[in-house]
Amino acid sequence: MIFYEYEARKIVELAGIPVTKYGFCQTPEEARKIAEEIGGPTVIKSQVLTGGRMKAGGVKFADTPDEAAAHAEEILKLEINGHMPVGVLVDPKAEVKQEYYASVVWDGTAKKPLMLFSDMGGIDIEQVAEEHPDHVGRGHISNLLPVGDYEAKQVIAATGVTGSQLNRATPILAKLARLFRENDMVLAEINPLAELTDGTFVALDAHMEMEGEAEGRQKKLLRKELGIAEDDTRDSYVPSEFEKNVKEIDAADHRGVIQGKDHGFEGNLGLVIGAGGGSLTLTDAVRSQGGKPANYSEIGGNPSVAKACGLAKEVLKKDGVEKIAVMMSIVSNTRVDIVARGVIKACLELGKDPAETIAIFRIPGAWEDEGNKILDYYGVEYCDRSVSLWDAAGRAVAKIQGAS
Amino acid sequence: MSILLNKDTTFIVQGITGREAVNLTKECLDYCTKVVGGVTPGRKGREVHGVPVFDTVAQAIENHGSQIDGSIVTVPPGFTKDAVIEAIDNGIKLLVIVTERIPRSDVAQMVEFANMHDARIIGPNCLGLIVPEVCKMGGIGGPAKDASKSYKPGVVGVMSRSGGMTTEISSSLTAAGLGVSTAVSIGGDAIIGSTYAELMPYFEADEETKAIVIYSEPGGRMEAQLADWQAENNSRLPIVAFMAGKFMDDESMKGMTFGHAGTIVEGKEDSATEKIKRLESAGITVVERIDEIPDAVKERIGS
Repeated sequence: MIFYEYEARKIVELAGIPVTKYGFCQTPEEARKIAEEIGGPTVIKSQVLTGGRMKAGGVKFADTPDEAAAHAEEILKLEINGHMPVGVLVDPKAEVKQEYYASVVWDGTAKKPLMLFSDMGGIDIEQVAEEHPDHVGRGHISNLLPVGDYEAKQVIAATGVTGSQLNRATPILAKLARLFRENDMVLAEINPLAELTDGTFVALDAHMEMEGEAEGRQKKLLRKELGIAEDDTRDSYVPSEFEKNVKEIDAADHRGVIQGKDHGFEGNLGLVIGAGGGSLTLTDAVRSQGGKPANYSEIGGNPSVAKACGLAKEVLKKDGVEKIAVMMSIVSNTRVDIVARGVIKACLELGKDPAETIAIFRIPGAWEDEGNKILDYYGVEYCDRSVSLWDAAGRAVAKIQGAS
Repeated sequence: MSILLNKDTTFIVQGITGREAVNLTKECLDYCTKVVGGVTPGRKGREVHGVPVFDTVAQAIENHGSQIDGSIVTVPPGFTKDAVIEAIDNGIKLLVIVTERIPRSDVAQMVEFANMHDARIIGPNCLGLIVPEVCKMGGIGGPAKDASKSYKPGVVGVMSRSGGMTTEISSSLTAAGLGVSTAVSIGGDAIIGSTYAELMPYFEADEETKAIVIYSEPGGRMEAQLADWQAENNSRLPIVAFMAGKFMDDESMKGMTFGHAGTIVEGKEDSATEKIKRLESAGITVVERIDEIPDAVKERIGS
């Protein structure tokens, strides 16, 4: 789950990291009120889950509460990269002496969280790392042992920062590392981390992302502290009808798993394929041989006839789909006959001839002979493991090209 | 010969009374693997296909009378970390974690604990490993008769991020007369116990293995790590790689996950195109088509 800035700041605040006295609101009137309470120049920031806010006009400075309200009104209506804001954040305009960067990310190779710190904050850290590598400090933390302040100190000191700046930034980076671990984050970033003219440090902006698999055990933070609703999934795009329907069919029955995606696919060959790796391989194989997939899908874990049928039906109902290819890498758990039954049922229920509609059936493995009997009966072309995934995909493509 | 397993390897199944675990236990027993016990808390005294069930790993070891080598862990995601650490704490050195959807921080904790105890984790979200006609640890290859069809002993070490593709590729190697020394389904998550590069030294030490085949996907830095390993170690083993999910390089697919949890293209480096470049520059043969693997292996080993 990706968090909005106002939520990320709250997470930072909960971890004991100083933030400015910001306020989140959803109307110009509330923005005015917050600006009045702040009592000085403010920054009005669009709350959207996309980058490039500044460029798009989603961040504006105001000298008076009236101006803050006017900016809020504009920003609340402003779409950025296809996203409408959920509100605005009203923040006191900070007197910044210097901007720093602090973050914690996963290092999959080391299998440990990695702390990053730079004294060149406010800009893209990848750019800093490339152009000024000596201004980026790095250090792994243990997954098991407590995070020591000294570990953060070492990372910061590596960038040449010393004096009171070092002593003020150290607990902030250490706290960020602890919150990363405790809250199952995959990204915890403060950029900029600002040193104000009075010498204090505050987080002026934060980006946080929590691992999806861990949301279940982070309910206290998500629901209680942040007030995020259970159904607020923050999908990066709106799921299509096809995707929603497949998800529903999958959820209706616990046996096996089906998944379907059609975001970015617009072809005429429906794919009823599996499993995880097989689906990736087959989608490539269809495309490389000139085929145009209408969708991506995955079958796995021995689904019921109803599930296989449901997926095939949804694929067949998609606009422009002329035929389906039913293909999987060798199965050991999923039963071939059950998938065969499911896809044939889908054709029949939609008034289509399975022999015409199913371009190819290539699922070798468990209960293969039983599956082949059913396919024979309906005259569906099938093949065994001696026909590679590449060739099976090629046959499907040839058939649909011959047909149209 | 083989890596990690041999005909004498003993193991337990943690979570043995679960539906999938019951099937898996039978499959392993039928493949002549030594499943010497199972653990499900509160189910002591039961049997699963003749395998005695215990409440704790320590009881299983006590019953066996000597140290047990490995454990297949199939408990729900919320309990996996505790189960794995229990096994390692009781001296078990090889863990196959079948469970899916374990949060990354848990996996990382298990791996760090394993490293401290000189234990090795395969997975999570994997089907385990198989030494053809000797032993299989996990659901890899399915029922014994199906596994025998796909896996024959031979010269190729297989490592794959996809369980199903481990068998698909091994089957093609078997059909081509090359066979498999050991095949490992390493798991599809963003953080896993054993990466390609971490398993390479085992294959390197196995005389039987003459070549390596890997199945890769977009996401993560595992392929870059292998390329670095290969460049640094000048291995005697030629590596043939297949990269699936090239379609994910399309701009419209950015930020989406297909197949496994680990397949998400976040930066430039983890795209399929970039990985292929990295692998090739380290002298690894990357085939375009899945069916080109056996011929590419033959060419590399000169047979």
